[in-house]
Amino acid sequence: MTKLRHFEIWRGDKQSGQMVSYQTEVGEGMVVLDAIHQIQSESAGDMAVRWNCKAGKCGSCSIEVNGVPKLACMTRMNDYQNDEVISCRPMKSFPVIKDLVSDVSWNYRQNKRIKPFAPKSRDKDGNYRMFQEDIDRVQEFRKCIECYLCQNTCHVIRDQQKEDDFVGPRYMIRLASLEMHPLDTADRIPEIKSEYGSGLCNITKCCTAVCPEHIQITDNGIIPLKERVVDRYYDPIMWLKRKLFSGKKS
Amino acid sequence: MDIQDLKTFEHDVVVVGAGGAGLRAAIECSAQGMSTALVCKSLLGKAHTVMAEGGMAAALGNVDHRDHWKVHFRDTMRGGKFLNVWRMAELHAKHAPQRVRELEEWGAVFDRTKDGLINQRNFGGHRYPRLAHVGDRTGLEMIRTLQDYGVHQGIDVYMEYSVLDILKDGDKISGLVAMVRDTGQFVIFKTKAVIFATGGGGKAWKVTSNSWEYTGDGYAMAYEAGAELMDLEFTQFHPTGMVWPPSVAGILVTEGVRGEGGILLNNQGRRFMFDNIPERFASETAPDEEEANRWLIGDKTARRPAELLTRDVVARAIMKEVKEGRGSPHGGAFLDIASRQDAEYIKRKLPSMFHQFKVLAELDITKEPMEVGPTLHYFMGGIRVDADTQMTNIPGLFSCGECSAGMHGANRLGGNSLSDLLVFGKLAGTGASEYSRKMERAPIIDADQVTGIIRHATDILNREHGQNPYLIHDDLRETMQNKVGIVRTESDLNEGIEEIQALKQRYLQVKADGASQYNPGWHEALSIRNLLITSEAVARSAAMRQESRGGHTRLDFEGEREEWAGANVVIKKGVDGKMEVNRVERPAAPEHLKEIAHSELSALEASIIAEIKP
Repeated sequence: MTKLRHFEIWRGDKQSGQMVSYQTEVGEGMVVLDAIHQIQSESAGDMAVRWNCKAGKCGSCSIEVNGVPKLACMTRMNDYQNDEVISCRPMKSFPVIKDLVSDVSWNYRQNKRIKPFAPKSRDKDGNYRMFQEDIDRVQEFRKCIECYLCQNTCHVIRDQQKEDDFVGPRYMIRLASLEMHPLDTADRIPEIKSEYGSGLCNITKCCTAVCPEHIQITDNGIIPLKERVVDRYYDPIMWLKRKLFSGKKS
Repeated sequence: MDIQDLKTFEHDVVVVGAGGAGLRAAIECSAQGMSTALVCKSLLGKAHTVMAEGGMAAALGNVDHRDHWKVHFRDTMRGGKFLNVWRMAELHAKHAPQRVRELEEWGAVFDRTKDGLINQRNFGGHRYPRLAHVGDRTGLEMIRTLQDYGVHQGIDVYMEYSVLDILKDGDKISGLVAMVRDTGQFVIFKTKAVIFATGGGGKAWKVTSNSWEYTGDGYAMAYEAGAELMDLEFTQFHPTGMVWPPSVAGILVTEGVRGEGGILLNNQGRRFMFDNIPERFASETAPDEEEANRWLIGDKTARRPAELLTRDVVARAIMKEVKEGRGSPHGGAFLDIASRQDAEYIKRKLPSMFHQFKVLAELDITKEPMEVGPTLHYFMGGIRVDADTQMTNIPGLFSCGECSAGMHGANRLGGNSLSDLLVFGKLAGTGASEYSRKMERAPIIDADQVTGIIRHATDILNREHGQNPYLIHDDLRETMQNKVGIVRTESDLNEGIEEIQALKQRYLQVKADGASQYNPGWHEALSIRNLLITSEAVARSAAMRQESRGGHTRLDFEGEREEWAGANVVIKKGVDGKMEVNRVERPAAPEHLKEIAHSELSALEASIIAEIKP
């Protein structure tokens, strides 16, 4: 029970490229990544695509399918009409390396800029104590598989190209996961405002819409960080309080 | 070619592989003041560790205070059918709790108990709830924690580099040759010590939970350089992989489903695991549903359900049901959690399983049972190492994690892998750092070795015509699936070995189309050499071991045999270039460990309680 399906796949490198047509037989349960692999082994042995787990857990196979940023391994062929041509392109916001593979090294550089986790000391018995209800939110953020689909979609990066001024949604939720970590003692609010660019996000929630882990990036991560920045820098009562009792993390 | 033209990176230690073991090893080397390289085939944070779901085993005793390293050690030895390297199982059980706590100190956020401690869940073969976990994405938590901690430790990370082979100066390590996947350029790593943390070789099989990276690179490179491989016949078939639809066959369904109460049923609705309890585990397993149900609701006097027997036992039982006509429609068994736990609990404890089945199989696991069957998951065997330093028989070559042998014996317990990665990753890091520090003379890179390695790689691109690498791989997977599968016979294995020889001949003419920049066909062709060596080693080891034990099942030699209880199969490259397979007698077990492993559980627990009380 297979059906011949038509694909348009971007082939090329840094210099140039174009869409190339392919056909392959698609069977029951196949996802877009399966079809790409099949084309690779049948007629395009050197077609580049990143992938690892094939189960939506590693975030390697991020591409744009019919214009929508997606994980190729979790995009079922039967989500599309039987006669629909499937187009596959590399993520638009990052420089292309070859075919469907893009250079995502910018993301790794952003991660390195973030002030690391700084835990408080252990309880006397050598344990840390945290309660489940206090870590539910942090665990939501830590579900992130670093597929960078949110980074690819974010207007600040994709359209305004302010990637020097904004770390992007992925690292905003990483910052949120650190700031909301019950054991963490570091203060990142000044950098969130000045270096990581929280003010640039205009809350269109496009990042949330493409997140394959369904993390509420904007509502649960970015907005609370924006609020913390506002409390710190623009709330006169908080400002006074800080002047009087300085040195403690808010 | 003049090797002066090649880019050369010089480090004190080079770690190959950036999963849990490689990252932990690199962090340790860096902490010891070594200039450390971490080289990986994928992007950082994408290694196979990310797929680990259930948890990491450590006798923290947070959920059941009776737990202790001795009980963990005993469980591990029994699960491994007493073929584990005693010292490794001891080190693992003793060090695992520290390694879990350390991970928490580096930012990991494990699920909590009501008292705010690290929660622990039940798993197959573990006497007590022992697995520290984060829902069913513990591997992701581990790799992200190590990655985010590691990037601030001054480690030089080389992402998307394929290491091709080892360089030696006399009998010692002098470096590695690698290829940059983006550009296809070759580079040299000059170093005194190398740590392999390259994982397993599951990609030799058709149905596997492993990703493309699992091509046995470490085994093959170490073998070619003269290292010994041990216990390769012990391949773990995880009992619960997805079986439908075909494109996702093999993808892992965590043992956590059973840990959270999931049960296995045949097409007649029978919980067949109760019919499959081995004598060794009979006294510690609930004999029927009544007792198993009491266990599920937390009765501490009840014994564990039969679904939580070790993986080898469960995988064989599912195979038997299928073979005798009682399987599910697509050739597996039913795994039911829907009738055991409410939907909210399932979604909270097993979120990625819920998501995975919903998207990939259009099935709601809170309403319907899953269909599952065995999938090649893990290599117990691997590169033979010293238990304390993780050094191989090649001075300067170290190995840790799945690619090394000994820790798990004939069968690995679920949850013992993540802890293995951290415990032995750290030990390998210490071992390699000490070795590197003691080596006074910088190693010399031999140009002929370098050019030989590069010529093999470029020949694949330069041939006019030749064999399609994807098709060689497909044929190898058929061979391993059918001839070196979950149940084995001498005739099948011999046929398998013959077929591998034929594939090796075809491989001499392998040809990848296109240029050298990010060329998956070329990458595939390069990894097939490693898969072929690994496959041959597995098949030959399996043919030599004439018994059934753990992950190695012989239809023609059923049951464990006394004459094999004290021996390992060890492989190395012979002087004639052929694969040499040897039976090697095991050293005598240390008395104090033997006593723990063979003790009655009640007696052991009584002694532990006496020891804890002042």
